Amino acid sequence: MFQIFTDFANWLTYQVFSLPIETKLADATQFFIEDVSKIFFLLIIMIYLIALMRASLNVEKVRDYLQKKHRGAGYFMGSSFGAITPFCSCSSIPVFLGFTSAGIPVGITMAFLITSPLINEVAILLLIGLLGWKFTILYIVVGMSIGILGGLFLDTIKAERWLLSFAADALSRGQEQFKNQTSVTLDTKKLSLNERHQFAKKEAIDIFSRIWKWVIIGVGLGAALHGFVPDGWIEAHLGDGQWWSVPTAVFLGIPLYSNATGVIPVMESLINKGLPVGTTLAFCMSTVAASFPEFILLKQVMQWRLLAIVFAMLLLAFTCVGWVFNTFTPFL
Amino acid sequence: MKNIKVLGSGCSKCKDTLLLITQVAEKLGVAIQLEKIEDPAQIMAYNIMSTPAVIVDEVIVHKGGIPSKENITAWLTNT
Repeated sequence: MFQIFTDFANWLTYQVFSLPIETKLADATQFFIEDVSKIFFLLIIMIYLIALMRASLNVEKVRDYLQKKHRGAGYFMGSSFGAITPFCSCSSIPVFLGFTSAGIPVGITMAFLITSPLINEVAILLLIGLLGWKFTILYIVVGMSIGILGGLFLDTIKAERWLLSFAADALSRGQEQFKNQTSVTLDTKKLSLNERHQFAKKEAIDIFSRIWKWVIIGVGLGAALHGFVPDGWIEAHLGDGQWWSVPTAVFLGIPLYSNATGVIPVMESLINKGLPVGTTLAFCMSTVAASFPEFILLKQVMQWRLLAIVFAMLLLAFTCVGWVFNTFTPFL
Repeated sequence: MKNIKVLGSGCSKCKDTLLLITQVAEKLGVAIQLEKIEDPAQIMAYNIMSTPAVIVDEVIVHKGGIPSKENITAWLTNT
């Protein structure tokens, strides 16, 4: 199904640019063209189709839904909604407060916020296109588990103690209110097909214009790795999944800030070069989900202590993911 | 005079929204009082979860993105 993009890239690289075969430059160029054309094509078509389906979903509905959920199911649902609900990272504070003032426990809100950058439709598409089904499912399961377990952990240690006071007040008010309330009115407005089309068109243009740069940068880095890092170098030095390589990868990922779109083409290159799956996952999740800009935002609602706990929790989780996968992939 | 508030935590979309409203108001020659609200506690008080949001005379007219010029014109001319 994706062969056409390989053919197109070959044609452009070797026929049109007539780059000599089997040189580093030709290799990198071919990789770049193939990935960029494939990704752009997939993105536009799929963002549109997915937006068409989820046109009526928004954070307000998610909040009302989560508010009515039992705690146990709440973590799972919070994480699932985090994966499918689109929202810009600049909205994470209003979302956090909106959920909190509705009386939703901090852990469930954090399950939503942690999963959100890790999994989204664009990331899933890229993973399927570049790394295949098996790896995609693995990635989704790991990403959601981190959100769910992270949320559970935060509620177990009663993380709400370390919210800033106005947020903590909002939470207890919300829980008080909810007890006295019998039913939540859900807005069940039906959207017409045309409204859905308008929404989907806007989403496709909006998302695409926001992320095309990331694709170019990500694929550019991936292509450079692919063409210029000698075959076997990564495999020889890091291929055995040495234990220290995972925490190192996680720490390297912290100052690097990218969204999933930019990082997935890099993952493709790293894995093809022989970097173990666990190390790659750890590096990429750390780049996407543990970033300073995001954490500075959370400071507006959390005390330093909670912020540090969340940060440490994520780093530890990514490291464990890396170790577990490095240990078990040879047996799969 | 209309009181307009733009709610948002300071991302680029919020700044664009503010700018766009200023431009449209100037073009129409309508005097407005424009405010930018970044304080999370205040945003919460309006029960807003997707930013940027626009509030005209204490009524939420828009949320979750940059509003269109047509919409802004309608808010400003509608009396």
